[in-house]
Order: sequence, then C-alpha cells, then structure tokens
Amino acid sequence: MIEVLLDATIRAGTSILFATTGAIIMERSGVINLGIEGLMLIGALAGFATANLTGSLFLGVCASFLAALAAGAIHGFITVYLRGNQIVCGLSLTMFGIGFTALFGQKMVGKTITEFSRTEIPFLSSIPFINPLFRQDMLVYFSILLVIGVHFFFRRTKWGLYLRSVGENPAAADTSGISVTRYRMMAVLVGSGFAGIGGAYLSLAYTPFWVENMTAGRGWIAVALVIFSQWNSTRAVFGAYLFGGIDALQLRMQAIGTDISAHVLQMLPYLFTIIVLVISTIRLGKGTTPEPESLGIPYDREDRK
Amino acid sequence: MRIRFEKRLEASKAFRITAPFVAVAFSLLTAGIIMLFADINPLEAYKDMIMEALGTSYGISETLVKATPLIICGLGISIAFRMQLWNIGAEGQLVMGAIGASGVALFSGIESHFLMIAAMIAASMLSGGLWAVVSGFLKAKYRVNEIIVTLLMNYIAISILSLLIYGRWKDPSGFNFPHSAQFAEAARMTYYFDSRLHTGFFIALVLVFLVYVFMEKTVYGYEVRVIGDNPNAAKYAGMNITGAIIGTMFLSGAIAGIAGFSEVSGVQYRLQEGVSIGYGYTAIIVAWLARRSALGVLIVSLIMGILLVGGDSLQIMWQLPVAFVNLFQGLILFFVLSSDFFIANKMRITWGKS
Repeated sequence: MIEVLLDATIRAGTSILFATTGAIIMERSGVINLGIEGLMLIGALAGFATANLTGSLFLGVCASFLAALAAGAIHGFITVYLRGNQIVCGLSLTMFGIGFTALFGQKMVGKTITEFSRTEIPFLSSIPFINPLFRQDMLVYFSILLVIGVHFFFRRTKWGLYLRSVGENPAAADTSGISVTRYRMMAVLVGSGFAGIGGAYLSLAYTPFWVENMTAGRGWIAVALVIFSQWNSTRAVFGAYLFGGIDALQLRMQAIGTDISAHVLQMLPYLFTIIVLVISTIRLGKGTTPEPESLGIPYDREDRK
Repeated sequence: MRIRFEKRLEASKAFRITAPFVAVAFSLLTAGIIMLFADINPLEAYKDMIMEALGTSYGISETLVKATPLIICGLGISIAFRMQLWNIGAEGQLVMGAIGASGVALFSGIESHFLMIAAMIAASMLSGGLWAVVSGFLKAKYRVNEIIVTLLMNYIAISILSLLIYGRWKDPSGFNFPHSAQFAEAARMTYYFDSRLHTGFFIALVLVFLVYVFMEKTVYGYEVRVIGDNPNAAKYAGMNITGAIIGTMFLSGAIAGIAGFSEVSGVQYRLQEGVSIGYGYTAIIVAWLARRSALGVLIVSLIMGILLVGGDSLQIMWQLPVAFVNLFQGLILFFVLSSDFFIANKMRITWGKS
C-alpha cells in the first residue's frame, strides 16, 4: 500500500516539479511569470501532437520545451525589454495559452500515443518501500537530475551567481558589467521551456491523451510552491511531491468510493496548497527572506542611481 | 543604423487615447494570422463576429447581456487594483455570489418580488465578499500573496458549486440533471424588449455610477488610492492599512458577487454548472484596460461583450472552441502592455555611426 501511494505521489508530483523548477529559474532572475499554467498547456499540446505525429516521445519532449520557450519569449520580451507589468503579462500568457491550445488541440482530442514506459534501475528497484522511486519513466529521472543541476548551477557556477545577482540587485549587477536584460531573458526562456516539459509530462506520461485545459490549475499550484520551496529547487521536490501525495490520495479515495463526495476530494489539492502557502509565508516572514530582492520590478537602466 | 529609446517627458494625449485602439487592431491582425494556420478565413470569421454581435437587435441585446457580469466584476476588480491588490478571484467570488443568491431564492420562501431581489443581492454580496476577504485577511495579516490565494479559491468555489448541484440542492424533478430547481417568479428579474436583456444590466449601470462616486468623491476612496500609490506615505498619514486591505477586498468580492446574482436571477433562473463562462477572468482584462476607471470599465466591457457574443458565433459557424476567445484576450493585453512602452518612450533612429 505504501509503495503504491509513493508511486502515485511521484507520478502526480512530477509535472508540478518541472513547472516549479522552471518558475524558480525565472523568479531568481527577478521575473515573476504567472503564465506557467498557459506554458504547461502549450507544452502538453506540443509534446502530444509531436509524439502523435512522429511516434517519438523524445521529440515530443523537445517540442514541448521549444514551444513553451517560444511562448515564454513573449513574456520575456514584454517584461524584460519593454518593462511591462509582469503580473498582467503573465496572466495574459495564461489566457493566450488556454485559447491557443483549445484552438489547435481540437484536432488532437481522441488521438492516442504510446506513453512513456517505466525503466527499472537495477538493484535499487528491489529495495522495499522506496522501490517505486526507481521504477519510473525517463521523465521522472530527468526531473530529479534537473533539480540537482539547477541547484548546482545557482550555487556553484559563475553564471548562476550572476543570474542570482541580477534578481537581487540588477543595478549593482549592471554596474559590474553583467547584462541584466540578457540574463533575465535567458532565465525566462529556459524556465518557460521546463514549465512546458511539466505540461508534456501530463500528456506523454501521466494521462497519455489531450483534453482542453488538462493542466487544471497545476500551473498555479506550481507558482505557489515556489514560495513554499523558498526559491530553492531541491526544496521544490518536497513541495511537488507533497502536492502529488494529496492528489494521489484523493484520487485513490475516489476510486475506493468513500462517503466523502468526489467534489470535496477534488478541492483538497487547492485547499492544501493555500494552507501550505500560508504556513510557508508566515515562516518566511521571520528572519531574512530568500525572496529575490527585485522580484517583479522591471529594471530600467536610466533609473540607475 | 541604431535604434535608441528615450523617455518622453510628457506623453502626448492623442497617443495615449489612440494606443489601446492600435493595440486592439494589432491583436486582431495577429489572431487573424493564427486563424489562417487553423484553416479559418479570418475576414469571414470577423465579419460573422461583428454581424452576430451588432448586426441585429437581438445581437445587440445579447452583447449587453454578456457585458453585464463583465461590468460588475470589472468594477469589483478595479477597486482592488486601485490599491495594488491583485484580486484575480472574481470568478470564484461570482460563483459564491450566485450560490448565495440561489440559496435565498430556493429556500427563503419570500413572496414579495422586491424583498426577494433585495435579499438575494444582499446574500450574493455577503458570500462573494466573505470569499474574497479570506485572501484579504491573509494578505493584511501575514502578507500572503493574494494573487495565488484568490486564484486557487476559484477552483474551490467551483467545486462547492458542483457539490451543491450534484448533491443537496439538486432539482428533485430535474431528471437527475446537475442543476437546482427553477426559481419562483419572485426571484427572477424582469426582462425587456422581448430579449434576454434584464434588470441586471441597469443594476450594472447604477454600480458604475456608485463606484465612480465612491472612488473619486469619498474619503475612503481617496485613502484607497493613496495606499495604492504610496503605502509609506499612507502609513505616515496614519491610515489603517490592514483595515483598508481587508475592507477593500471585501468590497471587491461583494461587487463580483452581485454579478453571480445577476446571472442566476436574470439569465438562468437556477443554479447550474457554467454559471460563469470565465467572466471573472475576462473582467481582469477589463479592469486593466479600463485603467481602473469606472467609466472605462463600462466601455471596455461593452467591447468585450462583442468579443464574447462573436466568439459564440464562431463556435457555431466555425466549430471553434469557446476558449478561443481567450487567445484574443491574451493578445490584446500583450499589445496594450507593449504600447505602454511606446507611450512612455520615444524611438529615435540614427543612421551611421554615432
């Protein structure tokens, strides 16, 4: 039973993990992107359509990354170069993504693909209790590698340090010769791409089909989990799996058939995310906050003092 | 060749006013190109949209019917925006308002039409307001991000709606369809001109006036604006910011709740799924495009009403998904945000090496 739940938890959480990681990369550079939900939808559709057309899941994942990156470029261009309002631009990106995928996804409804199969890691997959961790599909393994890679990038590389400084104090970074616009733009592009893979995880592995609006608010949960994970990708794993666990649990309860109405169970992940958000915000409030100093503030070189 | 941008000292008024229209034109153009990729003739589609929304008196009345919840929610959101409070939860507040109003309509047993409508409005304001005040309280007390809370609460509100209409409030004689019983006559607003245009539209117009007066002419409205523009100054002036955040969020949600009342009492006469077709989300755009002015909300809502009615016609004539309208809305905002840059900056092209 524990193994079954753990397995379902990982599978339900992975999509969010990709999206949260993408959002962390962007927010570290100082750009909020509320378009995650739209980017995930674009990634889910692009991945599914490509896999359906070419029969290659790998190409599907690449397509989801590139499609979401292209959509993210709109957000980057408007917020980084034109210094537009990040909140409104992100919301527009979500709306754009919903409309765009509804239009082009119409022809994809009812089509099928062969989803990602599981790859067992020898030896590790026979350890009791935690073996579900090592019996997953390639995307799950990739999400873990990504988290480690991002953590390493921010902590151990020069570029990671520059990117963080751009998010903390863009004026100082600019003075020392770091191009704020270029770093922010890169962060938005790459981060959007990973959010797209988060969507593709849904349509290529979790539920291998396409339906309109299939992300069902996961993009917003991902945005909330950025605060929970304190802009730290390794903590994002806990957040994403916590959500995954609640989601898996409520689906299981629905399947077993409890006295609790399915509609009550469906609201649990959202309710839970709010509670987690409140608790983590209150905890953040004490002591110094790891929130990037200039998050959400457009950088205008001419305002530099 | 080099392109440089310089800050304008003062943006020309003509440009400020024409910019949104230029932005809308660009978004129509871009959406048209996207339509071409989906094998749709954009010129034909646009013609159908305009004809459907404005070509007949029925179309015009439908446009006003669709604009009604947008006006009301847009007003609610714009009050919060004035204070830099990002209330993205009008959709959920509308749904809760509809639930509150329906509760009164179904179970209060009030017989007088006037009393019934008044009680329904009060209930919708209370439920929408209390729904919004949760995030207002969390924001004011603990600085919890109100964008995420209001948004996630939309999903919860819709689940509560489903819970009721599939459960306790289900119409016993409804052949198991998930909707409540029909409202009695007393709980239905009057309609006019043999169309679906109902009293809710006129209530929306009254609200435009009230919100205008509230924001521009009262002390509280003045405080909301000051806190939004400069919270530090407001603090020095001794304003109660915590109270103002909670109060403003309540008011914002209460107004969005009226939109829920207007839909169930003026259009649907029962509580059912899809009480809102994303009005709360569209109203965010309305409030932003209107630059937070009450009169602006009215004008932009009417334009959005055309888009929604036209979008419906595309669904019927071109088999397009309803969500397609979102693409338009996203594009409009993209171009408006971009135009803001060109209002604030002037472009200077220099030739040769400088």
